Amino acid sequence: MAEHSKRFPVQHIIGFVLSIVLTLLAAWAALGSDLPVKWIITGIMTLAVIQAGIQLFMFMHMTERESGGGHVPWNMMFHGFVLAAIIVAGSLFTMSFGFTHDHEDGGNHQQEEKHEEQSGH
Amino acid sequence: MKLDEFFVTGEPLIYAGMVSIVLVSSAVIFLLTYFKRWGWLWREWLTTVDHKKIGIMYILSALAMLFRGGMDALMMRVQLAFPDMNFLNAQHYDEIFTTHGTVMIIFMAMPFLIGLMNIIVPLQIGARDFAFPFVNALSFWSFFFGAMLFNISFVIGGSPDAGWTSYTPLAGAAMSPGPGQNFYLMGLQLSGIGTLATGINLMVTILKMRAPGMKMFQMPIFTWSTLVTCFIIVFAFPILTVALALMTIDRIFGAQFFTLTGEGLPMMWANLFWMWGHPEVYIVILPAFGIFSEVIATFARKRLFGYNAMVWSMILIAGLSFLVWVHHFFTMGAGAFVNSVFSVSTMLIAVPTGVKIFNWLATLYKSKIEFTTPMMWALAFIPSFVIGGVTGVMLGMAAADYQFHNSYFLIAHFHYVLIAGTVFACFAGLEYWYPKMFGHKLNERFGKLSFWLFVIGFHVTFFPQYFVGLDGMPRRVFTIIPEWMPLNVISTVGAFGMGLGFAVFCYNIYYSYRNSKREETGDSWNGRTLEWATPTPVPFYNFATVPHVDKYDAFLAMKEKGETTYDEDKLEPIHMPSYTGKPIIMMAILAFASFALVFEWITLAVIGLIGTLIMMVIRSFDYDEGYHVEVEEIKRIERKARRL
Ligand code: HEM
Ligand SMILES: [Cu+2]
Repeated sequence: MAEHSKRFPVQHIIGFVLSIVLTLLAAWAALGSDLPVKWIITGIMTLAVIQAGIQLFMFMHMTERESGGGHVPWNMMFHGFVLAAIIVAGSLFTMSFGFTHDHEDGGNHQQEEKHEEQSGH
Repeated sequence: MKLDEFFVTGEPLIYAGMVSIVLVSSAVIFLLTYFKRWGWLWREWLTTVDHKKIGIMYILSALAMLFRGGMDALMMRVQLAFPDMNFLNAQHYDEIFTTHGTVMIIFMAMPFLIGLMNIIVPLQIGARDFAFPFVNALSFWSFFFGAMLFNISFVIGGSPDAGWTSYTPLAGAAMSPGPGQNFYLMGLQLSGIGTLATGINLMVTILKMRAPGMKMFQMPIFTWSTLVTCFIIVFAFPILTVALALMTIDRIFGAQFFTLTGEGLPMMWANLFWMWGHPEVYIVILPAFGIFSEVIATFARKRLFGYNAMVWSMILIAGLSFLVWVHHFFTMGAGAFVNSVFSVSTMLIAVPTGVKIFNWLATLYKSKIEFTTPMMWALAFIPSFVIGGVTGVMLGMAAADYQFHNSYFLIAHFHYVLIAGTVFACFAGLEYWYPKMFGHKLNERFGKLSFWLFVIGFHVTFFPQYFVGLDGMPRRVFTIIPEWMPLNVISTVGAFGMGLGFAVFCYNIYYSYRNSKREETGDSWNGRTLEWATPTPVPFYNFATVPHVDKYDAFLAMKEKGETTYDEDKLEPIHMPSYTGKPIIMMAILAFASFALVFEWITLAVIGLIGTLIMMVIRSFDYDEGYHVEVEEIKRIERKARRL
């Protein structure tokens, strides 16, 4: 135990420096670079994936025997992904109404709203 | 900023609040100085990492918050008793109902339950502390400072007034300028750190630190309910964190996530809020289910009926709780198809809830019930909660909800589930585990008196609200019309009954401290689970020797075999964590940063954040490995505690 905590954590330092560098790079890409928007988005997405990889393998015990060779973290991540899917798909499902201004039923919808307003008074 | 903008001015009630804050704080400071207790306070409490002491601090804070929220409630009930009352004006009323709702859910219900979990869960699974005691202290102080930050708003800067749901665009910068809403955002954000950390902490504790031999399906049911709750916390709270952060960025830095202008989506707030908000209501009800299960099994003197069904229904409830959030805004206009989907999912969640009700009834069936006060709360819970649940299903029918929504019918529903569920459970749990915490029971006569006052008061307050809701009284109005008066008067009377019940409850704590017989064994109620195997008062290391568990109701089995948690032959030095002042200091600095951000003093906020980071660095180089309790000392403590 004591030995474990006094050892110089080389891997963690490398991971830490790398994740800071990646973050700065992403910030620069978004704020300071003149790249076209598409490239910026692709770029920071790629950086995000690398970043996640660094976190998982250098800090999150993904490969350690104590965590069942990554079984426990994968299990939690699976549930995390399910939840993220619920949040995104659920928000799209419930929130994507009323954006029909330029469709045919756009006029219809507005009329409905007016109607409701009137009956409310 | 001028001083009269910093302090809230012009309201007699708020001046009274200021005066009482000053008086109480000076009294506390005086008493601590007079009795020379500052050192004691620091050494024994403020720096503690002992889960039992942290739990007690959680519960004390929660009781204080219950008092605060209760006073708010009484003021609202006075204002609503008669038409054209002039007790609170519209603005003040809005601030009070916002404070009431937020305080009760975030700073009363959750901390109360987390306090009970803190004390009881390690004892129930045979652990000597949390997996991460330092983090546990950090969690408490983040909750505590978050609560203080939110609570101070009514005298400094002004309270938020957009409801505990804080819907945008009303809660946005354009319509709610000033620090009020920022107090809500920062207070919740700060205490949310603690809740999330506790969720992870308890989850690891339960998964990793059970007594040797104890399988998952042999854990006490309260521990199971805690584990399931932790999963909900870990998955739901990040949604709140993000939503709060987005609104903070909107308000302080001028982004447009939830604004009306700049293509913001105000309704997205409601969507995100309830994605957290519905799981949140299950975060506060599942532990309550766990407490009632323990109490019922103990005082019916029977094994809990359908243990496996109880566990699986909790897991099912937890899963479903993430799939029903839209029932809070059926009237938003998402359309018939969307509403139907969530209507069905909402009704589905009533099924596992019903399973649990029948299991409790089956446990009681043909048993010899012992009518102690905790058991009375549990018995009152069952029918009251059924009323809340049935009206919940009524609200869940989207078409009907267009009538019920935002009326007093809704108010009655959620008070029936929250008070009859969570608050009854907090009282039951506190009374049930009180001897374990403080070494003596609460007096039964005063306990029963406060029980009857509170339960009758509760029904008198909220049952009429179903009907006044059907008569068309909307929620969040500060004045009523004459037609609604009779039922509102009844409600107000009932509310004072509940207030009286709470007062008797608090008096009982004092009375029992003076008069109750001290406990002689650790097993106050002839219990079934491991927490009763420890002596009372519980030694700081909990278990001198950790028992081997191979059965559900582990302590019952131990008693049959004549085993205890003190086996002199098996004693070994016990490794314990050291107390530390870092958690409270770190969180105090973060609270300072949050306070600065409330007033949008960016420089000060940045300084506070840097301070917090420095504390984190200091913590990272902290090589304190704790200490060992020697066998001789364990022997001394145990012999004294067990009167050997
Ligand atoms: C049988 C299970 C339940 C069902 C079917 C149910 C259904 C509902 C529905 C449909 C609403 C929204 C009504 C509206 O806004 O018009 C609602 C509101 C609410 N429910 Fe429940 N509920 C159930 C159990 C619970 C439990 C166990 C709790 C908490 C302990 C709870 C707490 C709340 C709260 C706090 C609100 C109102 C929030 C607000 O608008 O401020 N419910 N419930
Ligand atoms: Cu809900």
